[in-house]
Amino acid sequence: MFSFGYFLQQTMNGVILGCMYALLALGMTVVYGILRLINFAHGALITLGAFFTYFIFSQLGLPLLAVIFLVLGFGGLMGLVLDVVAYRKLRGGPEVALLITSLGFYTFIENLMKMIISPQPYAFKTPAFLSTIIRTQYLTFRPIDIFIIVSSILIMISFHFFIKKTKAGIAMRAISENLEVANIMGIEVNRTISLAFIIGSAIAAFTGFLWGAKYGQISYDMGFLTGVKAFVAVVVGGVGSVPGAMLGGFILGLAEILSIAFLPTYFAEYRDGIVFAILILVLLIKPSGILGMKEEVRV
Amino acid sequence: MKREIPHEVWFIIGGIILFVGVLLANQVLNRYLIHILILMGIYSVATASLNLTNGYTGLFSLGHAAFMAIGAYSSTLLTFPLSLRKSYDLPLLPSILGGPETAWPFLPALVAGGLMAALSALVIGVPVLRLRGHYLSVASLGFMVIVTTFAKTLRGITRGSMGISAIPSYTNIFWTYFWVLITVYVVWRIVNSRFGRAMLAIREDETAAQVLGVYPLKYKLLSFATGAFFAGVAGGLYAHFTKAIRPLEFSFFLTFQIVVMLVVGGAGTTSGPIAGAVSIIALRYLLKPVEERFALYGLIELIYAGLLIVIMLWKPEGIMGRKTGRIGG
Repeated sequence: MFSFGYFLQQTMNGVILGCMYALLALGMTVVYGILRLINFAHGALITLGAFFTYFIFSQLGLPLLAVIFLVLGFGGLMGLVLDVVAYRKLRGGPEVALLITSLGFYTFIENLMKMIISPQPYAFKTPAFLSTIIRTQYLTFRPIDIFIIVSSILIMISFHFFIKKTKAGIAMRAISENLEVANIMGIEVNRTISLAFIIGSAIAAFTGFLWGAKYGQISYDMGFLTGVKAFVAVVVGGVGSVPGAMLGGFILGLAEILSIAFLPTYFAEYRDGIVFAILILVLLIKPSGILGMKEEVRV
Repeated sequence: MKREIPHEVWFIIGGIILFVGVLLANQVLNRYLIHILILMGIYSVATASLNLTNGYTGLFSLGHAAFMAIGAYSSTLLTFPLSLRKSYDLPLLPSILGGPETAWPFLPALVAGGLMAALSALVIGVPVLRLRGHYLSVASLGFMVIVTTFAKTLRGITRGSMGISAIPSYTNIFWTYFWVLITVYVVWRIVNSRFGRAMLAIREDETAAQVLGVYPLKYKLLSFATGAFFAGVAGGLYAHFTKAIRPLEFSFFLTFQIVVMLVVGGAGTTSGPIAGAVSIIALRYLLKPVEERFALYGLIELIYAGLLIVIMLWKPEGIMGRKTGRIGG
């Protein structure tokens, strides 16, 4: 009843959604690893990034390459601002304080967008060279789909090498292992944490651009569930593990798309429910996630 | 905590004063102000119950709207008038709940709604509360999404996104403040008992509490389920107050609002939740004309969020908290 082409097509959709979840999960897992913070404000960066590209790309019509760099820079700047304005002051206090503050920032940004832009969703138009439809025997796609997959994979690979090989990446891992010891060893903790926020937020803003280009519609509240699902991806893949975050993102994206595609249409309404059902299953069976290590308790 | 003085006496005196005050308010104030007072009461119940989990036990639940939804829908289904059930496509009660000929009175329906919420808190709590950290925040948020999804899809029971209207208007100012008193008393009684000390110990240092023989899961579940019970009651009160419920009302924003009330008032204090609920609702009704006049939709939420950030950065103990008091963490 389902042809091979249909299966392939839906798998591709799932991979694309998975790419975006994975990109978001990268920033979340690094921040969670260091600060034990579920950064709800990460979701706001998606919205900000999407609207930023809407104005410079759809409206001003800047070239794609400039847009990519501008949105990355914009996201990074926003991440730095959030860190300097709020999170830095709360470090060392109770962990819940960070969580509540990030929740506050998310709602603040969401409603600021609602107030100054519009409560109505916007249509995100991409130029023709990204949105002409290409048909092959099995697959129908647009260049933007290829762009999403290629750019996501590039970002993931470079992020992986950044964390594993560079000095700053090693410093991040050291801080997430033990902040005090890392500090004693001469690692500049504040600067490294800011860098983690900058990189994560830059990627999140870029994902907002991809999201808008792929689904063609952006709204002030698009970031919330997406951000939370990205954290679910982190938990599914294993908290604190970068490959785990990517894996979790792909699992979630595929599960979400394939469950709509192959279950009776009646189940389509359960789309968001399915993601969180997966979360609760993972927490029941293997709370440390697929690739994560058991969180040890330090006294 | 002067334990030798019978505090119950104070609660009875306080209850009488509250009753007289409510009676007076009911006579003197106009309907608009009574409407606001009832809302303040309902949110006080919700915030005081969230305080048990988020303030005293140091768990950070974001699922309060889900428990309110469960309480609201359960109690509504029990009290819904028989004559309207057919035209609203709502099911008649099965024989175990009194048979198709019955509609429940208000109080047992509220309690049943609360119990349903507490039961679901136990189901969700057993896997999640075993874990440390912020899993509860995300899992309870996920639970909220699941509950609203079901509220939208189980059309035979909830009428989907249309929601249920024409709910009997049982909630009045007396019922509301009766439940405020009960909630504050129960929370206070739990916190000043063996259970409460175990909860505070878990909040301050879970490992140390465990070493001293406190079994964390038991106390976390107790506080989570009790909090959910009163959230369910608050949901039931809300449903019978607004007379119409829809799934989208029990959204993240409802939870956020209760969290703001708790943090602004002071988490982990007895009077904090009430102060928070009263001041935030007052703020909402002060800002509402401004929002509507200038068509700045989102202004109220924006100010809530700003307030939350300001409180967290500069006065994390809240307006009723003392400097030494820590917020759950």
